[in-house]
Amino acid sequence: MMSRQMNRSENSLLIKGGRVIDPSQGIDTIADVLISDGRIAKVGPDIAADAEVLDATGRIVCPGFVDLHCHLREPGFEYKETIETGTLAAARGGFTTVCAMPNTEPPLDSSASIEFVLRAARERGSARVLPIACVTKGRAGKELAEMAELAAAGAIAFSDDGDPIADAAIMRRALEYSIALGLPISDHCEDKSLSGGVMHEGWVSTRLGLRGVPAAAEESMVARDIALARLTGGHVHIAHVSTAGSVDLVRQAKAEGLPVTAEVTPHHLTVTHEVVMGGGEGLAYDTNAKVNPPLRSPEDAEACVRGLLGGTIDAIATDHAPHAVEDKLCEFDLAAFGISGLETALGLVLTLAGANRESAVPLPLLVEKLTTGPVRAFGLDKRFPGLGTLVEGAPGDVTVFDPDVEWTVEPGEFASKGRNTPVAGRQLKGRVIATVYEGRIVYG
Amino acid sequence: MSQRAPNSMLTDSPAEPPAWRHRNLLDVDILSREELMIVLDNADAMREVLARPVKRVPTLRGTTIATLFYEPSTRTRASFEVAGKVLGADVVNLSPSGSSIEKGESLLDTVRTLRAIGVDILVMRHWQSGAPYLVAKHIDTPLINAGDGWHAHPTQALLDLYTLRSRLGDLQRKKIVIVGDITHSRVARSDVWALTTMGAQVVLCGPPTLLPIDMRQGCNKAGGLPPVTVELDFDRAIEGADAVMALRLQKERQEAGLLPSLREYSRLYQVTEGRLRRAKPGAIVMHPGPMNKGVEISQSVARSPSSVIDEQVHNGVAVRMAVLYLLAQRPE
Repeated sequence: MMSRQMNRSENSLLIKGGRVIDPSQGIDTIADVLISDGRIAKVGPDIAADAEVLDATGRIVCPGFVDLHCHLREPGFEYKETIETGTLAAARGGFTTVCAMPNTEPPLDSSASIEFVLRAARERGSARVLPIACVTKGRAGKELAEMAELAAAGAIAFSDDGDPIADAAIMRRALEYSIALGLPISDHCEDKSLSGGVMHEGWVSTRLGLRGVPAAAEESMVARDIALARLTGGHVHIAHVSTAGSVDLVRQAKAEGLPVTAEVTPHHLTVTHEVVMGGGEGLAYDTNAKVNPPLRSPEDAEACVRGLLGGTIDAIATDHAPHAVEDKLCEFDLAAFGISGLETALGLVLTLAGANRESAVPLPLLVEKLTTGPVRAFGLDKRFPGLGTLVEGAPGDVTVFDPDVEWTVEPGEFASKGRNTPVAGRQLKGRVIATVYEGRIVYG
Repeated sequence: MSQRAPNSMLTDSPAEPPAWRHRNLLDVDILSREELMIVLDNADAMREVLARPVKRVPTLRGTTIATLFYEPSTRTRASFEVAGKVLGADVVNLSPSGSSIEKGESLLDTVRTLRAIGVDILVMRHWQSGAPYLVAKHIDTPLINAGDGWHAHPTQALLDLYTLRSRLGDLQRKKIVIVGDITHSRVARSDVWALTTMGAQVVLCGPPTLLPIDMRQGCNKAGGLPPVTVELDFDRAIEGADAVMALRLQKERQEAGLLPSLREYSRLYQVTEGRLRRAKPGAIVMHPGPMNKGVEISQSVARSPSSVIDEQVHNGVAVRMAVLYLLAQRPE
């Protein structure tokens, strides 16, 4: 166990003896990390300092995780999650920076609402909250929101997530306008005229008699967005890639040198559509496995993993979408879409590092996709120099995790109000031991 | 057979408990061949009761059955009601209009209320696939699925099986063609499980827009989907068939753009006398009802000696009696 000595300098924390992985600098070595006054002061062997000590022997020490995609639900849906509970969940999951999606009530389409989120995070948060603002007023998909004003208020990207930007002309204008701001448009790619379903269209939806969402509903809009990036030069970020076809499209776009980035969720990497049906004798119709985009086929999940390995996918993002019990305790068609993902993200993605997998993902690469990968994808280091790294002077955000400890997912123990997960009861390996945000231990 | 309901049970003396382990009937997919046979053999005994001058036995006296239908139904609901009453049960019918369901009560709350009132067996129809699984997971009242969305209609599959068995005998390697809107059909989904479990060779036929992609592409996962074949050309599909089952074509499918016109559909997929000549001599024609005569089935075929459609309805009562009996007798 780690030891903490509180009688030393209040402004310094020394994390000793861990395996330090900082993909931004290619560091993977046993070392100490010293944080002073909320910033990274030094990384090296045998640092001696007058500081509180956190023993990390046998653990991984890395930059705090950065999540490009989560739903904190506040303002408007505080019964599902608040900025306080959502950032506590982030801290438990090892995330020190979370980008909050704007599909709140009211939606984040005004500088006042952006300021509200930033203030609430400062006062009640356990992690850095970076708001993503709406692309269109009221998320209605009709007119552009005041993007420059939103950026000035602190928005770090734009998205109408929850919904796609259905109108191609609006998407084109948003991409063009965003060039002046240097910020990405994160699009939830779903052609609603092809979707309208409640799970992946495949043999499981056929078996269960549920309306399916074909992979083509996502891929056709990914293709459209890539064409618009080519046309405008604007930065398109493909949110929650879920199909093999989407991975191929992004790969081609990157090979062409287009300003396209992409993220994938832990659940699309590791959980597939069969879980909706369940493994028992009776059919599960598990509403906790209802998510948009839907959990896809094993072939799609494998393609997403290969997308990580080949560099096509820049970041692992949780799409943390907490819901209240009653939002899920109902008929499958009526249940809300979404998975509460912050607290299971690490455990799920570490299953990809397993030696028994054909396409195992090296641990440092997984750490990259949770730290410097997302920071680079959104260009967050322009506003927060050193974010996602352990470079001297970077924000003092560090995650310490044990890749070998086994644990069982017990949603009842989540810090998140959302207990909606399709992996309840599953044995996972690898868990966060401590999370340090701006030099303070916020979890552990 | 030992698992057949003995006639003694029909005269109110203690019945030999059948080897039936299920509390609910949500679908036929989990039933083994032996379990399907238990239902069919019990239905034989029930048909004897239905043939009596006074069609009433006290087997389920003191049992309260509720039918809770979230979707309109004439024959299924009436069939369950008659089945329950012939067995001596009290039957309460509930439907959304004029009840608390209209006030927005949740499905689980409605069922909990029925349980508290003292309902012993619940018969439920719901427009959403999987709704009965939600109920069965949270409430222990024995539940019969009378149709859920596009997913399952187990008593229809059982009555189809009963009718086929009484006409064709052993279904091993018998060719059964199901033609029509497979994608949206709970009858087809349940029928393919029941028929393939009994060893029949099932051919699905219909326009590609009304056939699930996975079945059409023939990529049936082992155990995940039943082993069926798909033939898009009805004239070829019906070749040598022992039985043809036409499904109801809902007019909304054309409005939703899945079909160019009903006229074209009829031309390609209607069960006609001409097409029936390609089937095996003596082949039977089935339909789960209600029929759109002149769309999926011609007037003359519906009224021909090949048609067993009325027999299906009649057998439905006996099969539902058997299911009610089995669920009520299930050892605790």
